[in-house]
Amino acid sequence: MDWKLSRRSWLHAAGFGSLLSGVAVWGRAVTGQNLEVPHEGHASHHGHVLGTVGRVAPTACSPLTYLRSWNFSHLPPLERAKFYRETARADGTTLREYEIYAVDREIEIAPGVSFPAWTYNGQVPGPTIRATEGDRLRVRFLNQGSHPHTIHFHGWHPPEMDGSLPEHEVLPGESFTYEFDAEPAGLHLYHCHSVPLKRHIHKGLYGTFIVDPRGGRPPADEMVMMMNGFDTNFDNDNEVYAVNTVANAYMVEPIKVTVGRPVRIYLVNITEFDLINSFHLHGMFFDAYRPGTRTEPSDHTDTITLCQGERAILETTFRYTGDFMFHAHQSEFAELGWMGLFRAEAPRDET
Amino acid sequence: MKLKLLALLPLVLLAGLLMVIVRLGPAELIQGSSVPPVEKLAITSLELAPGQIALSVLNDGPDAVTIAQVVVDDAFWTFHAEPTATLEHLRRTRITIPYPWVHGETHVVRLMTSTGLTFERVIAVAVETPKPTLRFLGVFALIGLYVGVIPVALGLLWYPLMRSIGRSGMQFLLALTVGLLVYLLVDSAHDGLQAAGQVPGSLQGPALFVFGAIAAYLTLDMIGAALAKRRQRERAAAGIPSGWLLALLIAIGIGLHNFGEGLAIGSAFALGELGLGTLLIVGFTLHNTTEGLAIIAPLAKGGDLAERVSLGRLVQLGLIGGVPTIAGAWLGAFVQSPIISVFFLALGVGAIAQVTRQILMQSAGEGGITAYLREAHVVGGLAAGVLVMYVTGLIVG
Repeated sequence: MDWKLSRRSWLHAAGFGSLLSGVAVWGRAVTGQNLEVPHEGHASHHGHVLGTVGRVAPTACSPLTYLRSWNFSHLPPLERAKFYRETARADGTTLREYEIYAVDREIEIAPGVSFPAWTYNGQVPGPTIRATEGDRLRVRFLNQGSHPHTIHFHGWHPPEMDGSLPEHEVLPGESFTYEFDAEPAGLHLYHCHSVPLKRHIHKGLYGTFIVDPRGGRPPADEMVMMMNGFDTNFDNDNEVYAVNTVANAYMVEPIKVTVGRPVRIYLVNITEFDLINSFHLHGMFFDAYRPGTRTEPSDHTDTITLCQGERAILETTFRYTGDFMFHAHQSEFAELGWMGLFRAEAPRDET
Repeated sequence: MKLKLLALLPLVLLAGLLMVIVRLGPAELIQGSSVPPVEKLAITSLELAPGQIALSVLNDGPDAVTIAQVVVDDAFWTFHAEPTATLEHLRRTRITIPYPWVHGETHVVRLMTSTGLTFERVIAVAVETPKPTLRFLGVFALIGLYVGVIPVALGLLWYPLMRSIGRSGMQFLLALTVGLLVYLLVDSAHDGLQAAGQVPGSLQGPALFVFGAIAAYLTLDMIGAALAKRRQRERAAAGIPSGWLLALLIAIGIGLHNFGEGLAIGSAFALGELGLGTLLIVGFTLHNTTEGLAIIAPLAKGGDLAERVSLGRLVQLGLIGGVPTIAGAWLGAFVQSPIISVFFLALGVGAIAQVTRQILMQSAGEGGITAYLREAHVVGGLAAGVLVMYVTGLIVG
């Protein structure tokens, strides 16, 4: 199986006979200096091991939690109600109300490396907003940060809801309510549009905005991935790359999927400073829908390239059990943290 | 008793003041407590072993720094920090990285701190760092021999010739020597200040260099004066020449300079920044042969100082001037430390300055230096000395 070979060459682990020892080395690598690795195994000084050292501290919205949550679904009901409410409307659509606030917060983007972020609701990326085509969105935005911010949604809306011009800026301590209908069906995003734009985006003010078609998409194991980067030393160049903020997060904790069950990935590129970013999946192919506004796939491929602000819905189904790597196919981004694993497991016996 | 207490009083008050400053932190009152920490790391040395990069890191800033991640050639890489990844002010740690570096190519190592700042070290040409084995000691001894000892010895071979030339010929030669030494002075000062720039800021390289040079100058001057006084007394009885004393001082000065040069050669060679090709060895040999000339010039001086010097003494002078190159090359190859370079280059500069002054005084004699420097053959000698060094320096590159 060629994915085994490519994984091994990725590890540069000369002298390893089996994938197992490679995995052992990865385990040693990510646990690093802080944690003891129980088994003997091949010590890291026999091989060359790519990757970050240590683990990030758990947060309320860690990368695995963020991956599969939208409309604050990761919060317990009472807590969730503070940020999100649904009201059925006469025409069968739903009024969805959100409480979004901007706040400055230090976040951990790689083990032991903190970043002075500007966030929506204390997390980067911000909370995923998900509605059905025709729903009414009412987003109350409170700026608790130290600079003027906005929320600029992609999608149909009147100009006064655009959150982009100087008069749209919400000053620190002030608030504004964005209200519009969710259109068109597809995968969109939102981000701060205050100037300087570059800084407001790369500091972390962005999130995913999903509009489902009426009647929904076929059932699948759905997940959200925002490709992002961080300029930790403020030289207008990213030092750390990731999907969903934390470098190598899904390398340390692989994303579990089930063989035979469709998987749908909402993939958004919000990387600042670099012209493009890309997504490559090992050992399989996927249908791509850019940006999810039509029902016919735009591509059937294993690598997709997106400019900043571009997005695509990816659909595939795992055939084999085992680990499948995914990463940017710009090796530099991959080796600076934008790399992860799917762990495909056999379906549970349901008899 | 009372006087002693009074002497202690300012010290006690100072200690109290320091306590107050540390406790109450007036600096924080001025800048506020939300100012980010000042992080400064200096990578003081680097070793390459097969499949491994090792760094010595010094915290050169006021605040504690934690090395959170290591990036090699734009890739996060595992590493081990011994004894610690968190460094207080002026503490050191050793970082080892299992990395498949490529012989002869360039690599970039970046340390990422917990605040995301990065500190970088470029490995211009990756070659394995030599270990102090007998073989390598031999190799570096050979290099030292080629560029230090042999050239100086060759220069000394002109001794019989120099004894037979007349007074103005001799003055020309001494002026030539001064030209050579002044050139070396400029060269060493440049190298020393350059090395001083690489020393971590808190160790204040330029100050070390300047005061090291002054100390060397004064010490040599003092020793020279003491020896001269003793020799003067003995000379009446034993007939030891004062030309010998000057030659000895020059040899010491040049020896110190050559130690610094050896350091530079050894470390450049070990860092792979110097391909020690034939041309380079030829260049250094030519360059340093003139140093031998500088050492014997005072011995050949016409007139009352023209005493004979035994072969044993000549060998002694040659060794003092040349052998330090070997020691320097050894140290430079195995201990990659700019601070050592600064120190020895400073000593060299001080010593050369002192020797230059000595020669000028002695050859100017009673006429005084101003008149001496107006004589055509003296100016010609100075110019020739500088020119010889410049041209041979071109070969070294």
